[in-house]
Amino acid sequence: MSAAPWMHEGFEMVVGLEVHVELATATKLFSGSPNRFGDEPNTNIDPVTLGLPGALPVLNRQAVELAMRIGLALGCTVQECVFARKNYFYPDMPKAYQISQYDRPLNVDGRLDLPDGSSVGVERAHLEEDTGKSTHIGGSGRIHGSEGSLIDFNRAGVPLVEIVSRPDISSPDQARLYAAELRAILVAVGASDARMEEGSMRVDANVSVRRPGEPLGTRCEIKNVNSVRSLGRAIDYEARRQVALITAGESIRQETRHWDEADGRTHTLRTKEDADDYRYFPEPDLVPVCPDAAWIDAVRASLPPLPAQRRQQLAEATGQAIDGEAVMTIVERGQDAYVHAVIAAGGAGERAVIHVKEAFAEAGIDPALPAATLASLIAMETGGQLTATQAKTVLADLIAQPNGDPVAIAAERGFEAMASDELEAMVDAAIAADPDAWEKFCAGEGKAMGALVGHVMKASRGQADGKVVTALLQARRPT
Amino acid sequence: MSDRITSEVVAKVARLSRLDLDDAELAAATAQLGDMLDHFADIDALDLSSVEPMTQPFALVNVMRDDVEQPTLDRDEVLLAAPDPVDGRFGVPPILGIEP
Amino acid sequence: MTAGQIRPIANSVRSGAARAVDVLNGYLARIDAREAEINAFNLVLHDEARERAEVIDAEVAAGRDPGVLAGVPIALKDNMCTRGVPTTCSSKILQDWRPPYDATVVQRLAAAGAVIVGKTNLDEFAMGSSTENSAFGPTRNPLDVTRVPGGSSGGSAAAVAAGFAAGSLGSDTGGSIRQPAALCGVVGVKPTYGTVSRLGLVAFASSLDQIGPFTTDVADAALLLEAIAGHDPGDSTSIPKPFPSLEPSLTRGVEGLRIGRITDLPGGADADVQARVDAAFDALAAAGATIVDVTIPAFTYGLTAYYLIAPAEASSNLARYDGVRYGMRVAAADTNAMYSATRSAGFGPEVRRRIMLGTYALSAGYYDAYYGKALKVRRLMAHDFDAAYADVDVVLTPASPSVAFPFGSKTSDPLAMYLCDTYTIPSNLTGHPAMSVPFGTGADGLPVGVQVLAPALGEATMFAVAAELERAAGAAQ
Repeated sequence: MSAAPWMHEGFEMVVGLEVHVELATATKLFSGSPNRFGDEPNTNIDPVTLGLPGALPVLNRQAVELAMRIGLALGCTVQECVFARKNYFYPDMPKAYQISQYDRPLNVDGRLDLPDGSSVGVERAHLEEDTGKSTHIGGSGRIHGSEGSLIDFNRAGVPLVEIVSRPDISSPDQARLYAAELRAILVAVGASDARMEEGSMRVDANVSVRRPGEPLGTRCEIKNVNSVRSLGRAIDYEARRQVALITAGESIRQETRHWDEADGRTHTLRTKEDADDYRYFPEPDLVPVCPDAAWIDAVRASLPPLPAQRRQQLAEATGQAIDGEAVMTIVERGQDAYVHAVIAAGGAGERAVIHVKEAFAEAGIDPALPAATLASLIAMETGGQLTATQAKTVLADLIAQPNGDPVAIAAERGFEAMASDELEAMVDAAIAADPDAWEKFCAGEGKAMGALVGHVMKASRGQADGKVVTALLQARRPT
Repeated sequence: MSDRITSEVVAKVARLSRLDLDDAELAAATAQLGDMLDHFADIDALDLSSVEPMTQPFALVNVMRDDVEQPTLDRDEVLLAAPDPVDGRFGVPPILGIEP
Repeated sequence: MTAGQIRPIANSVRSGAARAVDVLNGYLARIDAREAEINAFNLVLHDEARERAEVIDAEVAAGRDPGVLAGVPIALKDNMCTRGVPTTCSSKILQDWRPPYDATVVQRLAAAGAVIVGKTNLDEFAMGSSTENSAFGPTRNPLDVTRVPGGSSGGSAAAVAAGFAAGSLGSDTGGSIRQPAALCGVVGVKPTYGTVSRLGLVAFASSLDQIGPFTTDVADAALLLEAIAGHDPGDSTSIPKPFPSLEPSLTRGVEGLRIGRITDLPGGADADVQARVDAAFDALAAAGATIVDVTIPAFTYGLTAYYLIAPAEASSNLARYDGVRYGMRVAAADTNAMYSATRSAGFGPEVRRRIMLGTYALSAGYYDAYYGKALKVRRLMAHDFDAAYADVDVVLTPASPSVAFPFGSKTSDPLAMYLCDTYTIPSNLTGHPAMSVPFGTGADGLPVGVQVLAPALGEATMFAVAAELERAAGAAQ
């Protein structure tokens, strides 16, 4: 799963990602209104959320703690920090300033190691508040040509952490790996549900291109990327667009561009010529946060094993590749603890990985089936009482009735293991019945084996284990 | 008249502040701000290189609250004060030429 | 009117000797007689106050104690949120806005049994020193109606001076309690920053704003301040300590106290004012205090630091008046045009001027030269005062460079108006407490206020000195 390098007409890409993630707190960053998605518009509001005259913010301790969890999971230094006001007018920003962090963020200088062995620097991960939501009326729901907008402030003041990477990313694949790995970490530490589709994790990409060894090119910021897959497409499109401009002798304008999922292109949102002047200054209504060593240590100690460590443990326990699909998928789904429990109950690791990956894809990340039951089933399979196909069938039945007994289900289904002498007799009968196929099989024609196995399966009404039959046939072949 | 500030800068400041100035107002504001900045030049002579900025009177730190829900405001009461309430939301004219 | 009112009223209402309704009617009668001339109020709450007074009387009749301010008529500066009652900041942009919540001070006054008689006039968003910047017309000084009451809490000062309320609350960002107190001949206190909750005080400059009382005497000021002071978890800058009783200060005297005289104080005080300050030093020396010379080199730079920091914070604090969620909206074709149309029509000239000054001080390329430098001067100011307070317990200065001045005499020159704050600004920059105490009269028989400054949380000593000055002023009459 190594990231494919990106190179286009002699140019390489330089990408940094800014990820905004909504924290899983009960209340907002600076007030006690619920932090809840999907409520009736403007019901989770209070004087602070609405920016009413006289309202004052009070910091949510849990938001600070979740932000620290993110910082520590990314190997950041957690430091004394202050809040700052970022001043700009927009109707979904109630105070006309966003309380964010500027020159003294909570977390700095971290690193994210990716499954392909590369790593990306994390410049900072700071706390800030979210905005409300605008709905554009008329103009088919888009901002351009709309007759006006309606504002819902339920989301305003929801705690966000903005994680800013260093411009260490050099391919769309690597960007995808970064976003996926970051998402896995955010979920693992309990900081956020990090759902890109629902907007609880938002990824903006700063993209520029250059010939290797040259200084950094002019960058464009890409917004509105709604999935990990789109992230790769958007970056690839944008870098190619920039290369085309440069090779045509044109220059890149620094601007914010909007990814359009439908046409697969980025479009100019606004140029940065009229430079943003946010007039950041220290927020006088809040005091500094000084996490002491005891607090930092306690948060660090409470961190669960991170996805990279879990993948390693799962790979070791199951003999699978650490960046193989099975290990990646199971850890991403959070089912690795279950696999370890199956192994502890005596189930073979390599079979456990396969069953969990395949059978529990739909069943959610938390299998209801007792680990011991799956271990028993796997034992029947590895002991030869059940074929792989039969085991799968029994497992499907067990998922429907988690309290079921695999032995009983196998019996009900008629999956009696065949006595080996009976099977040997069937193999001999098959050879006798189709000497032509046998001859071809002995001559090394692989296809002929299918016919022989087919005879046995027919005779056994499908109860024979295909693998065992193959082994018996091969044992009979003269060498 | 002071040359500390130009009318171009004052016009930019007015734009950032979302205040309209006609030509006469712009000229008057430029003169007034210039006079003030002349007066405020008294601190230019101070050597402040080793002085830490002071943003708040007292050095309180770590003032935080528990993550516990508090009562919310009544939407209807709040929207009563809104210039253009529409379906439980706050209406604004088209958003053009600005982005968050 | 120099006798205290709050204590006698509360005592007689609590004991049942007087009815809150009758007390209130006395104040309302004075309002009815003279408010048209003075214009101290944006809103008089006749009916609400009567209902409230009846509730207080019923409490007493039922044997319950309504609190230390039982039945005391109090006026509130109209920049403190009162639930369901218009809170305008004397600005068109907030005309008719009714807050859906009460400021913490309003809750505390209610809990202490006070009766709110009305919302008082101010310079728009507390920006000014004469109350001439109100969108609803100026307040007149009850002692001479051709003159200003000072500002920005001019309405609250005038209300107490005119006998419209037994006490009032103002807010002080650069002198907005102490200067009008001096000009109206009443006591005005700016407590230590963080002593009184700012929650529900419409912000002008958040790191400088502080609520405090106006009263007719020092003892009343102590009582009213005690009632509103104390930690509020809803204000992150609120000092997490109980506020001490000021009662012992009132009779302590000044024996053994060291009173600082600033030898490098910026000039500009009129001779009549300076004469009264000199007399105050003499009176304190006569009462057993020692006068000690100190220097505050940064004092002279206070005005510059203040007029960069306060507008910078204000430019951000007042950005929320955008016509989207509450207050005035001027219709326009798009949101950006609506913002500018609304704000240009809704804010008066002084507010617009300070928003632009503050925006400039924070903007790219100018931050370090203006706002950043001002923050450093602020630090110098704090250092200089800390050094002085190693040698003295309090410092005395004029509260205002002049007695009350005629209407229109400074409105054409913003800088001339700003100079009114010369002596009051440093306490806001440092966060230290300061108060103005009437100490005789100057030109035209108008009152002069002497300012007592103390170190952070030094209210007890400050009130001891103020009480002594009050005794000396009374004895001289």
